[in-house]
Amino acid sequence: MSSIQLDNQGRLKHFLGIEGLKRALLFEILDTAASFISVGEKAVKKAPILRGKTIINLFFEPSTRTRTTFELAAKRLAADVLNFNINTSSTSKGEALIDMLRNLEAMHCDMFIVRHGASGAAHFMAQHVAPHISIINAGDGQHAHPTQAMLDMYTIRSHKGDFAPLRVAIVGDILHSRVARSDIYALTTLGVTEVRVVGPKTLIPTGIEAFGVKVFNCLQTGLRDIDVVIMLRLQRERMQAALLPSAHEYFQSYGLTEKVLEVTHPDAIVMHPGPINRGVEIDSTVADGTRSVILQQVSNGIAVRMAIMAMTLGAVSTQKGGY
Amino acid sequence: MATLSILGGRVIDPATNLDLVTDLHVADGKILTQGAPPADFAADKQIDAKNQIVCPGLVDLSVRLREPGAKHKGTIISETRAAAENGITTVCCPPDTNPVIDTPAIAELLQHRAAAAGMAKVLPLAALTQGLQGEQLAEMGTLKEAGCIGVSNVLPIVNTDVLRHAFEYAANCELTVFLHAIEPWLGEGCAHEGVVSTSLGLQGIPEAAETIEVARDLLLIEMTGVRAHFCRLSTARAVEMVKEAQAKGLPVTADVSAHHLFLTDADINYYDSQCHVSPPLRTQRDKEALREGLLHGGINALCSDHQPHEADAKFNPFALTAAGISGLDTLLPLNLRFAKEMQIDLITALGYVTHKPAQILGIDAGTLAVGSKADICIFDPNHSWTLREDNMHSLGHNSPFLGWEFKGKVNCALIDGKVV
Repeated sequence: MSSIQLDNQGRLKHFLGIEGLKRALLFEILDTAASFISVGEKAVKKAPILRGKTIINLFFEPSTRTRTTFELAAKRLAADVLNFNINTSSTSKGEALIDMLRNLEAMHCDMFIVRHGASGAAHFMAQHVAPHISIINAGDGQHAHPTQAMLDMYTIRSHKGDFAPLRVAIVGDILHSRVARSDIYALTTLGVTEVRVVGPKTLIPTGIEAFGVKVFNCLQTGLRDIDVVIMLRLQRERMQAALLPSAHEYFQSYGLTEKVLEVTHPDAIVMHPGPINRGVEIDSTVADGTRSVILQQVSNGIAVRMAIMAMTLGAVSTQKGGY
Repeated sequence: MATLSILGGRVIDPATNLDLVTDLHVADGKILTQGAPPADFAADKQIDAKNQIVCPGLVDLSVRLREPGAKHKGTIISETRAAAENGITTVCCPPDTNPVIDTPAIAELLQHRAAAAGMAKVLPLAALTQGLQGEQLAEMGTLKEAGCIGVSNVLPIVNTDVLRHAFEYAANCELTVFLHAIEPWLGEGCAHEGVVSTSLGLQGIPEAAETIEVARDLLLIEMTGVRAHFCRLSTARAVEMVKEAQAKGLPVTADVSAHHLFLTDADINYYDSQCHVSPPLRTQRDKEALREGLLHGGINALCSDHQPHEADAKFNPFALTAAGISGLDTLLPLNLRFAKEMQIDLITALGYVTHKPAQILGIDAGTLAVGSKADICIFDPNHSWTLREDNMHSLGHNSPFLGWEFKGKVNCALIDGKVV
């Protein structure tokens, strides 16, 4: 990501993508998130460092989980939160974005959390927004979902400690996945031993090797000796677009089952950005099994988003203790 | 009889292989003599062209005037004036106006308005099929009579049987078909399919979107004998295919846009919508092959592929923006820059934008030969300047070259012997 997301001191001004962020900054986010974890476990779940700030959730695509965790994160920091769910089909092509931006600017907000179907939408908003407003990318097209990547890194770190020795496999629809792209940037920046992408040729994007990953078309081979498995959601539309014959055949070849997991490292963990499709990309016994950390990802997402919001609004400039 | 002399300029005429400091004398809209004037000649007007280059007015193979249909982007007056200000004296206009150029009325309307504007000459291309729908043939014969210089469908013709008949009928009318080689399904994206599109999460357009169409078209050209011109090749492979076809003796030519000689998909950087074009900017390797093609065969001419847009059309996330670059203001500057970078002489370089495109169109233009129309461009080759929105002549300021420094600036253009 271009330097537009950093100020001249190298601190976060916006949070648009993992690309271009230094390892130290990613660790700072993870450490800050760690200090917020305990907030969610207290009777009074508040760390009121964003009191008086107004944060707007601007979702041009439907989302429950991501929007809710952003909302909870903002509320735990004592910010005021507004939710805008914009049905893009009811607005003329693209117009909504800049007009919505100008209107909301006029309401004196401090931060927009943006999800949009067009790649580069968050970047576009950051380029054109008033200078006092920060943009957080909650998913733009097939480009990036950097807060998801950071909560994935947090979850991996909490289970594995050190990133250096890890082999990580990302499995499924890499082509359409913004999560995969952001995870790849985060994992390579944090210096894991190996990142693999696993999926059928129709769902592996051209040139992905240039990102420092190894491509596997066979699940069994791709998962051998893996420490972390990140499963991706398979959208039903992929069958209509002739990318796959059927959900059934996909599950036969790429569905994660206990049997397939036998080739991984014995302590391997299984992750998924959710919502999961049981029996399509993952078997229920795995999703609900002992290796699954899928629900921890959701909880961690709140602390990680608190950290990113707080850092982006300059409320924490350096690593802090607990709250 | 209006007369005029252009004195002391370096006269470069690629068509006659002339590069000489000399005088040009114009009478009645035509080049009368080079060098010494006839004994009884008296010039009504003299132009001092010392330290200037005098070359044929440029011929641009693809200029969207945006009229009729999108006058907020450009008008016949604004864009033919912009062309003339940039030394471009003839422009070829694709038929994808609104309404489409598929009736003599629209073709004539365009030419009447252009004539009234009195700036660059406008040569319309007629639609190959009615409404560019790819179903029924347009009235090519009638459209030719109405002044259309060739035929084009701009949009893909999916039905190969229709395409075959369209080629046959165009051949029957002795019209050149201008082809835009983009396969509709593979061509749905907005950037070259590769590392850049993958990294930015943009839907990619693979090389095969172009080469499949070029292959299909070449086979049908061979079958029907139609004269064909490929508009804006973007891939190394397609250049190779066209070069082979030319070597086999097929009646095919091709052009490239000036921006494809200077930019690659890497220039999209972080979603720079000024680099959203169709066909897409491709790789460094493709860029080099396009340059080679122009120098050594495969590609015959260079054009602006002028597509002016209002600012709002580019003000959105990349995939939601309109494709196209406003190119009139940079055609000659980029051509001169190309000559310098490739170390080729100006006769060769100026040939790509004068004599060669005129040959493709089969028109009497792009030359300073005695007796030809006095469409002339006079430019200062040493004038350094920077492209800015406020010095662009086109109504559209959508250019990825804003901020670029150029050497060479047009001083004036003559159309039919008249300074415009």
